[in-house]
Amino acid sequence: MTGAPVTPGGAGLTRRGVTASLAALPLALSACGRDVPADPAKDAAWADILAAARGQTVTWTAWAGDQKINAFIGWVGAQTAARFGVTVRHAKIDDTAVMVQQMLADKTAGRTRGGRTDLVWINGENFALARENGLLWGPFAERLPGFGLVDAEGKPATVTDFTLPTLGYESPWGIGQLTFFHDSARLPAPPRTTDALLAFAVDNPGRFAYPAPGDFTGTTFVKQVLMAVMTAPRDVLYEPADEAGFDAVTAPLWDALDAFHPHLWRSGRAFPPNFPALRRLLSDREIDLAFAFNPAEAANAVSQGLLPATMRAYVPDDGTIQNAHFVAIPFNASAKAGAMVVADFLLSPEAQLEKANPDVWGDPTVLDVARLTGAQQAAFAALPTASALPPPEDLGRGIAEPHPSWHLGLISAWRERYAA
Amino acid sequence: MRRGRGADGFALGAWAVVLVLTLPVALGVLATLLPAFGWHPAAGARAPGIAAFADLFSTPSFWASLRTTLVTGVGAAILAVMVSFGGAACLYGTRWFDRLSAVLAPALAYPYASFAIGFAFLFAPSGWLARAVSPWATGWDRPPDLLILNDPNGIALMLALATKEALFLVLMIVAALGQVPARQMLRAAATMGYGRVTAFLKLVAPQLYPQLRLPIYAVLAAGLSNVDAAIILGPAAPPTLGPLTLDWFGQLGAEDQTRAAASCIAQLVLAAIVIVAWRAGEGVAARATSAWLADGRRASGFAPTAAVFAGSLLGPMLAVTAASILVLAMWSFAEAWPWPLGLPSGWSLLPWQSGMGTLSEAIANTACIGFGTAVAGVALAVLCLEAQSEGHRRVPSWLLYIPLLVPQIGFLFGVQLLWSRLWLDGTIAAVAATHLLFVLPYVFLVLRDPFAALDPRYAKASRVLGHGRLKTLVRVKLPLLIRPLMVAFAVGAAVSIGLYLPTVFAGAGRVPTLTTEAVALAAGADRRLAGVAAAALTAMPLLGFALATVIPAMVARRRRGLSL
Repeated sequence: MTGAPVTPGGAGLTRRGVTASLAALPLALSACGRDVPADPAKDAAWADILAAARGQTVTWTAWAGDQKINAFIGWVGAQTAARFGVTVRHAKIDDTAVMVQQMLADKTAGRTRGGRTDLVWINGENFALARENGLLWGPFAERLPGFGLVDAEGKPATVTDFTLPTLGYESPWGIGQLTFFHDSARLPAPPRTTDALLAFAVDNPGRFAYPAPGDFTGTTFVKQVLMAVMTAPRDVLYEPADEAGFDAVTAPLWDALDAFHPHLWRSGRAFPPNFPALRRLLSDREIDLAFAFNPAEAANAVSQGLLPATMRAYVPDDGTIQNAHFVAIPFNASAKAGAMVVADFLLSPEAQLEKANPDVWGDPTVLDVARLTGAQQAAFAALPTASALPPPEDLGRGIAEPHPSWHLGLISAWRERYAA
Repeated sequence: MRRGRGADGFALGAWAVVLVLTLPVALGVLATLLPAFGWHPAAGARAPGIAAFADLFSTPSFWASLRTTLVTGVGAAILAVMVSFGGAACLYGTRWFDRLSAVLAPALAYPYASFAIGFAFLFAPSGWLARAVSPWATGWDRPPDLLILNDPNGIALMLALATKEALFLVLMIVAALGQVPARQMLRAAATMGYGRVTAFLKLVAPQLYPQLRLPIYAVLAAGLSNVDAAIILGPAAPPTLGPLTLDWFGQLGAEDQTRAAASCIAQLVLAAIVIVAWRAGEGVAARATSAWLADGRRASGFAPTAAVFAGSLLGPMLAVTAASILVLAMWSFAEAWPWPLGLPSGWSLLPWQSGMGTLSEAIANTACIGFGTAVAGVALAVLCLEAQSEGHRRVPSWLLYIPLLVPQIGFLFGVQLLWSRLWLDGTIAAVAATHLLFVLPYVFLVLRDPFAALDPRYAKASRVLGHGRLKTLVRVKLPLLIRPLMVAFAVGAAVSIGLYLPTVFAGAGRVPTLTTEAVALAAGADRRLAGVAAAALTAMPLLGFALATVIPAMVARRRRGLSL
């Protein structure tokens, strides 16, 4: 999917000139006057923040490519409205980079108040860029009462985003791990390692595909292949990539992909645009194996009748990349108190439980379940199980995300080679 | 005195229409030129120069993309012209022709995005056609690994565009035939022994073509910069110029932004070059055929055969359009529909129930913007036409075509910069105002002839009886024109509902409509939901046309004296 184009600000026309010319357009004169409440003080008590938040509308800009996630965001809004008087408006976007662009343009134009978005779903390279340019407000995460239950030690991805410490500028709300799934009735013994997967594709021409990088799931798959075939020590991926190093380290990757692509679906001449499209190819029986960042992806699709009940999911033996997703507050957010309340609610055992339910989303919790109350622990233990969920021990084979510079470098190098 | 003041008011209205149509395009192009030439402070580019173009031309994907863009855009237009003229030549004068125009009016309201989704459902290797013959006839127990959609040469996209454009041009031919004494000419030719098809080609087509010129150029410009159908059906690596440019806009680097702006300008120039070349081709074709036109041969020969062949493609195109609507509707009521079943394994209302939940915002936005801009468009067009009706000069039609002839992507980037400068980007108002730009020309074209054809004596009588101009317009003229007004409203709404790129730009990716949702869902996992979005998107303009039928009938009942 292409991103929406957004580059506000500075075409070198004067504001007055433009205003005068556009006055000819009817309808243009609505949407005036934005109410901008004051930011919560750095040492404000939580009760004060709750009081300030009541009545606020939080515009939550979040990637909207997955219906079950959109439905969960809708549920969150209903809950925060009922409990805290905070209304959530989901601003749906298909590319988070676009939103970072918008914040950057706001920053350039000096719009430090009254921003159009209050909470953003962010991680990885977008977080890195936003931090680098001072686009995020904070630190706020440690001030959320719910943050105390986050399992920062057992799940380091909740405080380290693509090698960068979050430092309280974003608050985690879920964890993803690349998980493979297949129809056991048609493919009883799927490849268990990345090497075996490359061999599988060669032996079964046209039966495997991956989303074109740019899509985060596709980019992650390319990182997996890189990790499997690289001759340099894996540690280099956790340092910023420099140009010479990047070419040397990734050379074996391109050799592997050059050899791999002719055996892919459509002989590697077309790639599905994203992971939902990949999943549809599996349900259409065009391919035999698919993957997603959500371990419950297959289970969820089975419960919706989109995939057969014989689906099984697994994490290959050599492990897969794991990362957390976060919410952050833009520097010029209008409803910062409300945004904090929503971020805090996302950390509540109740929201985390709902989100972890494979019938809802199936996104693993960021909390340390052992520190919850007995009843809450029991509720987590009683979450529905499904045969299409990966075995719990599989999720132990997580690999941390490389430095974001590798992510961006791989996308542009892949496009240069295979999409030009 | 009073009369003079009134006329001034209406003249002002006419000027407003001209401004609405041209000013945003001009400003948009200007605001796109600045970043294309290196001035884009918001993205951190402050070095005027031609670096962005150098960057663009040294990007390998640009040249590959340019090739597929030309193949799909120009190829589709050529095919569409051949099929529409061939089809008209074959069918004109038969009873099929009248039925055709009745069938085509709703087909015009069929948005590109819906059509592309339906087309993909039909022709994908796991699509309906493959299912219909599998596995019993083909032996395919799993879908064949064939690159039919998203093929690197853009053939699937070209055929889909050609289908949509051919139907549009047939409709334009039907309208233009009203301006040409075709029936009399053909009758005369028949008495002289000319075959029907030959007579149409030799006598009617040359007179028809000049009236089709602007619609054909609009088709060329639209085909060269199409984005929504190209995302769904076009090549992916690299895509055609429209989606490729949109992709650069979505990236973070300042050079991506300026390269995208440069690409917009390149597409503007490309469309201009192609249209000029087409115009030159018209001259060549006229000279090449002049001997044939006058050779006096009554039938046979290459041209009528070619026309019959091209025209016979109209049938399959109509069938594909109908089948794509049908398959969308079936998916939207499917419980599940796994390969290789020819029909869903069960029917269910669930996709619509869940779809109405997830699509509610998009549906509300689509209805608000679509019907709102249609009303505004009709009002502005009436104002402008009324101003012209009493002595003022007519607004030349090429002016109306400007938003349709300038490739959308060439000025929308600039329009988006202007909106964000006003801090209105991402608001429904900005999207609606931007839509108006595309709605108004169509509304104007629908209303112009009925307005001119209205018997001036009604208005005169009203004025003689002492009514002012406004009262005459509202109480006398508009009720008489209720039917074309409602058709214009329906057409305007249909245009707005189907707009993709203007929605994405002015909405800053944050104002979802059924079109943007359908395009997003087309690539998604759940065909049922994509089916619901596309079916709702198809149904919404039809609602407008239903209103256009019902309301004049109601008015007619209240005014029995009128034969409407």
